[in-house]
Amino acid sequence: MKFSKDHEWLTLDGNIATVGITNHAQEQLGDVVYIELPKIGSTIAANASVATVESVKAASEVYTPVSGEVVEVNGELSGDPALVNRAAENDGWFMKVKLSAPSELDALMDKAAYDKFVEG
Amino acid sequence: MSEETLQRTPLYEAHKALGAKLAPFAGYEMPVQYPSGVLAEHNWTRSNAGLFDVSHMGQSTLRGPDFETTATFLETLIPADVLGLLPLQQRYSQLLNADGGIIDDLMFVRGSREGEIYLIVNAGCKIGDYAWIEKHLPENIKLRIRNDLALLALQGPKAEAVLARLAPEIQTMAFMQTADFVLGGISCYISRSGYTGEDGFEIAVLDRDVPLLWNLLLNDSEVKPIGLGARDSLRLEAGLCLYGHDIDPTTSPIEAGLNWSIAKRRRTEGGFIGAHRVQRELHGGVSRKRVGIKPEGRAPAREGTEIQDESGRKIGVITSGGFGPTVNGPVAMGYVETAYATPDTKINLLVRGQAMSAVIVKLPFVPNNFKR
Repeated sequence: MKFSKDHEWLTLDGNIATVGITNHAQEQLGDVVYIELPKIGSTIAANASVATVESVKAASEVYTPVSGEVVEVNGELSGDPALVNRAAENDGWFMKVKLSAPSELDALMDKAAYDKFVEG
Repeated sequence: MSEETLQRTPLYEAHKALGAKLAPFAGYEMPVQYPSGVLAEHNWTRSNAGLFDVSHMGQSTLRGPDFETTATFLETLIPADVLGLLPLQQRYSQLLNADGGIIDDLMFVRGSREGEIYLIVNAGCKIGDYAWIEKHLPENIKLRIRNDLALLALQGPKAEAVLARLAPEIQTMAFMQTADFVLGGISCYISRSGYTGEDGFEIAVLDRDVPLLWNLLLNDSEVKPIGLGARDSLRLEAGLCLYGHDIDPTTSPIEAGLNWSIAKRRRTEGGFIGAHRVQRELHGGVSRKRVGIKPEGRAPAREGTEIQDESGRKIGVITSGGFGPTVNGPVAMGYVETAYATPDTKINLLVRGQAMSAVIVKLPFVPNNFKR
C-alpha cells in the first residue's frame, strides 16, 4: 500500500489502482455522512479534486494521487458512507483507476514514511 | 488568529482530559467534539442529557436605581418588551444598529436585585456589544462585565431528571424562567432555556466552582459532554439562528423571521435604535426572508451555496447548512426572495457547479421539546 501527502492510499493490481482515504484522514474528518464519487469512465489527473467527503461539520475534497480513467467506484459508500469511518483502508475504498502514468507511483510514500509524515 | 491570543475557559483542562478535539472559536480554544464524535453526541442530547461548556459567552449585568430605569434604557437598544418582564423571567432579543441590522442576538433576564438586568451575549460579539452598550449608557446605569462567571448548558429530555436529583424544585421551573439553586453545595443561577430545541437548562456559576460542577453533572450516567459540532447541528435542526451566519449587521429581525420576539407595544411605539427599518418592514414587507431548506438528495448544501429558482436565476443564499442527524439527511437555512419563501416552493441549490433540487420547509426541522 502506498500513501500520498493528501492522505489517500493506493494499492495496485496490474495497472489498476484502488484508491481510498487513510485512516488518519477519516479520524480527522469525523462522522462521514455523504460521499460524492467521480463518474465511471471519467478521466482524472493526478492531484486534482475527484471526490468530496461530507462530515456533519464540513465538506472536504479528495485528491487523486494518480492519473487515469475511473473504471469502478465503491457503490457501498452511497448507502453507508460511515463505512469510511469503520474501514477506511480496505472496505471503504473510493474508486479504481486504470493508470495512464504509472511513474506517478514513484512520488508516493510507503507506510513507514507516511506514518512519519502524519506525526509531523 | 494566532494560538497565543486564544483564550481558554476554566474547563480547558477538563476537556483535554476527556480527549476533546479543540479548535479556535470566537477567540477561544473550545471543544468541537469528544471521542464519541458529533453524530453520537447529537443523538445523545436528543434522547438523554448533553452537557456543554459555553463559558465563552458574554455575561454581564446592567444596574440602575430601579427596574423601570434600567428596562427603559435597554428598550432603547432592543426591540423587545423589557418593561413587561416579571422578576426572574428571561426573554430573547437583538441589539440593532441604526439601519435596523442585527449587531448581536441576546438573552436578558430581570434579576432578583432591584434595578438589575442580566444579559447573555455571543462570545464573538461581546467586546463590540459592551462598547455599544457603554456608548449609550446613561450615568445612572452601570454595565458590569461578569468575567468571573462560567456558563454550562444541560440539554435534552433527561436534563430535568438529572438536575432534580440535585435540586428537586427544578421541576417547577417553566421555559424561560430563572432561579438561584445550590447544586452539590455550589451556588448556581439557572435558566430553563437552551440552543438545541430540547428542554434544558443554562447554568451560570463562578469560574472557580465550574470544574466541580462539571464533574458533578458528568457523574450522572445520563449525562455526556457535548462539543460545539453537535451544538451546531442541534440548533440548525431546531431552526435557531447562529450569529454571523443566519443573522448579521445587514439582516433585520423581520427578514430573519424573528417578529415573535418584538412585542406589539414596541412595534407601535418604536423608540429603539433601528426602529425605522423594523416598522417599515412590518408594514411594507421585506424583499428577502430567512427560510428552512430541505435538499432532496443526500448531499449537504453548506453555507454560501447559491439558491436558484427553477429557471436558474439566483434568488438567495444558504447561511447555515449541513447534515441533520435526527432528520437523517441534509438540512439548511438561508435567505430567499420573498416570493419564494412559501413552504413547498421548489428551488435549486448550486452545489459544486450542479443544480440540486430542494424545497422550502417550515422551521424547525425537529419539533421543539420545550417545557411550557
